Amino acid sequence: MIKFLLKGLLRDRSRSFFPVLTVAFGVFLIVFLTAFLNGALASMFNTTAHHQTGHVKIMTQAYAAEAEQSPNELALLDLADWLAKLRAEYPDVIWTPRISFGGLIDIPDARGETRVQGPAAGLAVDLRAGSPEIGFLNLAKALVRGRLPEQAGEILLAEDFAQRLQVAPGDTVTLIGSTMHGSMAVNNFTLAGTVRFGVAAMDRGAIIADLRDVQNALDMQDAAGMLLGFFADDVYNDQQARALQTVFHAQYQDIADEFSPALRTLLEDSGMAGYFAMASSMMFIIALIFVAVMALVLWNAGLIGGLRRYGEMGVRLAIGESKSHIYCSMLGEAALIGLGGSLVGTFFGILLSYWLQYHGLDYGAIFKNSTMMVENIFRAQVTPGCYIIGFFPGVLATFIGNALAGLGIFKRQTAQLFKELET
Amino acid sequence: MGETIIKIQNLIRSYQMGSTTLNALNNVTLDFTTGEFTGLIGPSGSGKTTLLNIIGSLDLPTSGSAEVLGRKIETLSPKQAAVLRNFEIGFIFQTFNLLPVYTIYENIEFPLLLQPQLKTPQRREMVRQALEWVGLADRAGSMPKQLSGGQCQRVAIARAIVKKPRLVLADEPTANLDAQNSANIMEIMLKLNRELNTTFIFSTHDEKVIKHLRRKIKLADGQVVSDESI
Repeated sequence: MIKFLLKGLLRDRSRSFFPVLTVAFGVFLIVFLTAFLNGALASMFNTTAHHQTGHVKIMTQAYAAEAEQSPNELALLDLADWLAKLRAEYPDVIWTPRISFGGLIDIPDARGETRVQGPAAGLAVDLRAGSPEIGFLNLAKALVRGRLPEQAGEILLAEDFAQRLQVAPGDTVTLIGSTMHGSMAVNNFTLAGTVRFGVAAMDRGAIIADLRDVQNALDMQDAAGMLLGFFADDVYNDQQARALQTVFHAQYQDIADEFSPALRTLLEDSGMAGYFAMASSMMFIIALIFVAVMALVLWNAGLIGGLRRYGEMGVRLAIGESKSHIYCSMLGEAALIGLGGSLVGTFFGILLSYWLQYHGLDYGAIFKNSTMMVENIFRAQVTPGCYIIGFFPGVLATFIGNALAGLGIFKRQTAQLFKELET
Repeated sequence: MGETIIKIQNLIRSYQMGSTTLNALNNVTLDFTTGEFTGLIGPSGSGKTTLLNIIGSLDLPTSGSAEVLGRKIETLSPKQAAVLRNFEIGFIFQTFNLLPVYTIYENIEFPLLLQPQLKTPQRREMVRQALEWVGLADRAGSMPKQLSGGQCQRVAIARAIVKKPRLVLADEPTANLDAQNSANIMEIMLKLNRELNTTFIFSTHDEKVIKHLRRKIKLADGQVVSDESI
């Protein structure tokens, strides 16, 4: 009987090909949207983690409370001790200190007078050869002109910023800022190279300098604004981050002492918990809308197909098939169509997602004035979930659609179905 | 005289049409015996198809009783009615109603698939036999659209009799056929009636059918107006 029904399904294109096409299209959309959203989220997580927060971040409680102002006077002291302790206690996490600072970049003319000035947001990281920071910030790839700093006193400027200031590698730039103790700091640096991060917020006015240079410039010896931790696989895992936070706080946090350390997870520190929750809700809503719309479409398709098949149903009833058997066979067909459509849709959805994962879409123009840590190139990200997510709505929608359409069999009297044979 | 296989007593089938009640069958009492070749004759609206539907367990009486092959139609559950149709009753329709996406062989095999006790070799043999009865053994692999109207109706007959039912109900079986094809179809049904002792009940107003009938039951306005046996 199953073979018989399968033959009918395969031979009647209006019962198989077109419904499969409809389901496949819907599933394709949901798989692609999922991968795209995954990619966008992962890109946001990665960019934010690499440029701002790490997967976890340790600061003093006082610094954490004012973090958006980069209050270096509240920085974490005894940095070397902290690093040694953390590396010993959490060897699976890559720990690296950073200083975030603001200031004015002053470009002198030949006489040493100010030629041009511009506000800058600086980031001091470990730029020594072999430092993981070069990879995290993707500096080698981001380099537009010149080279990475190799000697003390060398810095990088964002390419757009450097163009605005009309400076080139080899030129001297002056950083005017304030020390950790509140006094004015004026230091000369040599521009080693320029970089473009592809993150509009950073490309507008970033300085990248070596940590030791900035510690010297801002009187922050053995201190850093923050200590970032990155998981070894460089993938943010919220559960792992929370577990680390619990252990760390139990050991080191003293709520009463504002200079005791606090560990923030990426989601907490970047305010991305909201984005994450929103993205998860959006995924759920998209899936729900898809199921509802597809069920409606397939219900209608099922009704039209069902009307067309009332003749066949009448014959099958007359031959001795029961209504429930016909209904079950319709649901069986629906399950097959749902599965087939979901397979096809998932295949093409994954295919396009992989293409977008490798090639990406450049959204740079849209984020020209954005302050969000978002990469200019959006990429999809195919996760194991993408392979199965389409099957739930794909099979469910087909099943619900056909189940609703098939109820007509029960609502109509047998004789009425039979009579429709003759019309 | 054969065994009585259908007993209809004081059968009424009425339909509600707005505020009025329409009696499609009005107090019909009839008996049918094994091996009959009988026609329900009458104009449209006389109740022929309604009576066939009730005998075929596709419809239920409003009142009265219809006992078919020992089962009271009015007491059967939908599933029991389906079993009765599956094993004991064959239907032939005016418009053939072959399943268009299946071959002739598959169309005839379909009723047998609903009888799980039949294995593939048995089914194959029964279909082959049915095709021979109707003279279409060479068209087993054809699709219905490749056949003429007469051939399609022969396939429909083969599908109705392949499971060797005790009763075949034929609703206007020649209405869409020309004289030659009608004669051929009636010949086949007469042969099956003789050889298998199958009871045939027709609903018809076609003279080409009526002249072959051995019993003619005339219906008008839902009532039996005459019942003649030859």
